[in-house]
Amino acid sequence: MELHDVWFVLIAVLWTGYFFLEGFDFGVGILTKLLARDRPEKRVLINTIGPVWDGNEVWLLTAGGATFAAFPEWYATLFSGFYLPLLIILVCLIVRGVAFEYRAKRPEENWQRNWETAIFWTSLIPAFLWGVAFGNIVRGVKIDKNLEYVGTFWDLLNPYALLGGLVTLTLFTFHGAVFTALKTVGDIRVRARALATKVGLLTAVLALVFLLWTQVDSGDGKSLVALIVAVAALVAALAANQAGREGWSFALSGVTIVAAVAMLFLSLFPNVMPSSLNEDWSLTVTNASSSAYTLKIMTWLAAIATPLVLLYQGWTYWVFRKRIGTQHIAESVH
Amino acid sequence: MNLALAPETLARWQFGITTVYHFLFVPLTISLAALTAGLQTAWVRTEKEKYLRATKFWGKLFLINIAMGVVTGIVQEFQFGMNWSDYSRFVGDIFGAPLAFEALIAFFFESTFIGLWIFGWDKLPKKIHLACIWMVSIGTILSAYFILAANSWMQHPVGYKINKAKGRAELTDFWHVLTQNTALAQAFHTLSASFLTGGAFMVGIAAFHLFRKKHVSVMKSSLRLGLVTVVIAGMLTAISGDTLGKVMFKQQPMKMAAAEALWDGQDSAPFSIFAYGDVSKGHNTVELSVPGILSFLADDDFNSYVPGINDTNKAEQQKYGPGDYRPNIPVAFWAFRWMIGFGMASFAIGILGLWLTRKKFMLPQHLRVGDDEVPHLVLFRNKALSPKLGRLYWLVAIWTLGFPLIANSWGWIFTEMGRQPWVVYGVLQTRHAVSPGVSQAEVLTSMITFTALYAVLAVVEVKLMVKYVKAGPPELTEADLNPPTKIGGDTRDADKPMAFSY
Repeated sequence: MELHDVWFVLIAVLWTGYFFLEGFDFGVGILTKLLARDRPEKRVLINTIGPVWDGNEVWLLTAGGATFAAFPEWYATLFSGFYLPLLIILVCLIVRGVAFEYRAKRPEENWQRNWETAIFWTSLIPAFLWGVAFGNIVRGVKIDKNLEYVGTFWDLLNPYALLGGLVTLTLFTFHGAVFTALKTVGDIRVRARALATKVGLLTAVLALVFLLWTQVDSGDGKSLVALIVAVAALVAALAANQAGREGWSFALSGVTIVAAVAMLFLSLFPNVMPSSLNEDWSLTVTNASSSAYTLKIMTWLAAIATPLVLLYQGWTYWVFRKRIGTQHIAESVH
Repeated sequence: MNLALAPETLARWQFGITTVYHFLFVPLTISLAALTAGLQTAWVRTEKEKYLRATKFWGKLFLINIAMGVVTGIVQEFQFGMNWSDYSRFVGDIFGAPLAFEALIAFFFESTFIGLWIFGWDKLPKKIHLACIWMVSIGTILSAYFILAANSWMQHPVGYKINKAKGRAELTDFWHVLTQNTALAQAFHTLSASFLTGGAFMVGIAAFHLFRKKHVSVMKSSLRLGLVTVVIAGMLTAISGDTLGKVMFKQQPMKMAAAEALWDGQDSAPFSIFAYGDVSKGHNTVELSVPGILSFLADDDFNSYVPGINDTNKAEQQKYGPGDYRPNIPVAFWAFRWMIGFGMASFAIGILGLWLTRKKFMLPQHLRVGDDEVPHLVLFRNKALSPKLGRLYWLVAIWTLGFPLIANSWGWIFTEMGRQPWVVYGVLQTRHAVSPGVSQAEVLTSMITFTALYAVLAVVEVKLMVKYVKAGPPELTEADLNPPTKIGGDTRDADKPMAFSY
């Protein structure tokens, strides 16, 4: 395994971490409209992710930065090619971050309601668009011989990619619902479980179709294994949720995300961004990667920093392990 | 007049707007994190309540500010790929690494420990909670260092070779990139300017309350902390600015010639207070200057030779081929002056303030005040300033909170525009760095979107800041004074509300 292969795996790990973590906090954002009945319940939901959403989002920044460093050509083609969808995602992430921090800082009804609406949409839209983006990456887009994206914005909205968007949207919502069931007490916990079942079933159907489509298009033996793991874990997560085993259900929905992302990256390899115009114009781990020296430095960085990050981020979840309910939310404005 | 836009013009405007905006929040974040951590340390060590109230007050303003810094930083991470894909392809092998280091080391630090700090008041023992804000502070400083090392490489590329076959620059010595003198000088200058910014912010707001005789005990401590910070940081900013200037005279003579609008090289070069030139004629028509100062800035010698814009342009043409290697001279000239002028104005106001409010033992008996009283402003030995002059100082002190922000912005505009037409000095020109596949319409869309969004958020942010500034430091609750003794908080009362919730 050469260093650029290692980095292909590490980029996959970063995206997996991002979708695992921000996946549930996107889901929780979506549930503020789907599940919460009143403002105290909305606040319970927001506060389940309050201390952690920012750290979760850094997985995206790290995936971006690491792609820049390890695969500059991939970074350049991807982000200049998917310009407008990425702009929408950035706008959402900007508004979303501010919404979490500022919502409770004024008591006015309008102020709070507007930020709550913002939290819902800015969670839903990126949850959908990341699926569209990865659908397009896996399927291949119009890349010319200079490694430039030459398609249009509308080319990105093809059926396969849109289905990918629906899969991430529903999967993250499901992941968020089982997270909510795990992190709350009271009535909202019961309803989160019921909603998880419904969303989970929908997710299972969509994910099965999308992953099978991927398998037929570009899969191999390894990706088939990942597919089976993903679907099996999702079914098991549903069963665990039904049985009221919330910890298991959350862990299993996490496995679903890990396996699904793994499957997408397995079906990509050794490409990082295939060209739909000519196979020779695809970006691969070889032609898109940095020099061996840079990759070596990056590998040292990853080997030392990543375990530390996991350690202290994990510790955060332990500090805030207590379930919360409406009784834990103080009235006052901060 | 040519109305057609060059391909890089809009992308440059977008980068300028988003970066200057982002950097309004960055220096405040860096300094307020450390100053808040300092105040909280004072609380933990002395258990004086005014320090905890100050921590909560400045911490709140810090949080309102960092939220904006974080979200506008996301754009920075992706903008290189979106608008500058040819730049990313050419330098990613080098430039990407410090960005990845920044994300993996600094961003995770900041974002994780800020969550722990915000929500941790009733979950973490006092000292661990304190450690969290220090971790945030370390994170902000590390973050600044890595991104400044990356920027320094654009100012003065080192530790690389050109790979002709791949058509890109490749890293050969990462340590050199991280530790070259440009990076050290830039980091020194930027960090001291950041503390000047935070100090002036503190002085301005404390002055606002003291002027109205409100929240005196907390604000008096804050004023002193702010003033001391302004004076120390102001001095360091001047020293580091001088260091960085000397480095730039060697590495980018064009930038420094433009800073002075010195068209032709000369011995004992002057520094002009004011100049108005005609770029097409290549000389100044009006000028008011002090001889020798520029030579001194460049070389520590009032008589040494400083090359001018025209000489440097010729030298670069010989080195890099035909072309115009002059940046926008008026912008560089004025940006340089506004940077120094506004930065040093707040430094001067700080020195004056520290003297006017000097400690009791330096004052005669009748001018000493108790801990809960607004200090007299004493210029000379035995007499406080007249009410009119006193009022004037407080007002000036309030206004100074904006000065470093203006200075910071012009500093970046100077250093980035002064490097033009290069994006990586001597290696890659800006016009070769843009994304060839992104249309002008797309860039225009994103530029307008970001500008409009940022404008709205600026209004929201400033209003929120004003609200919390006016509200003053909060009264302490019983929970504040009885922090938990074990991690995870008190578990005896299962239904106790959280000390902080969104």
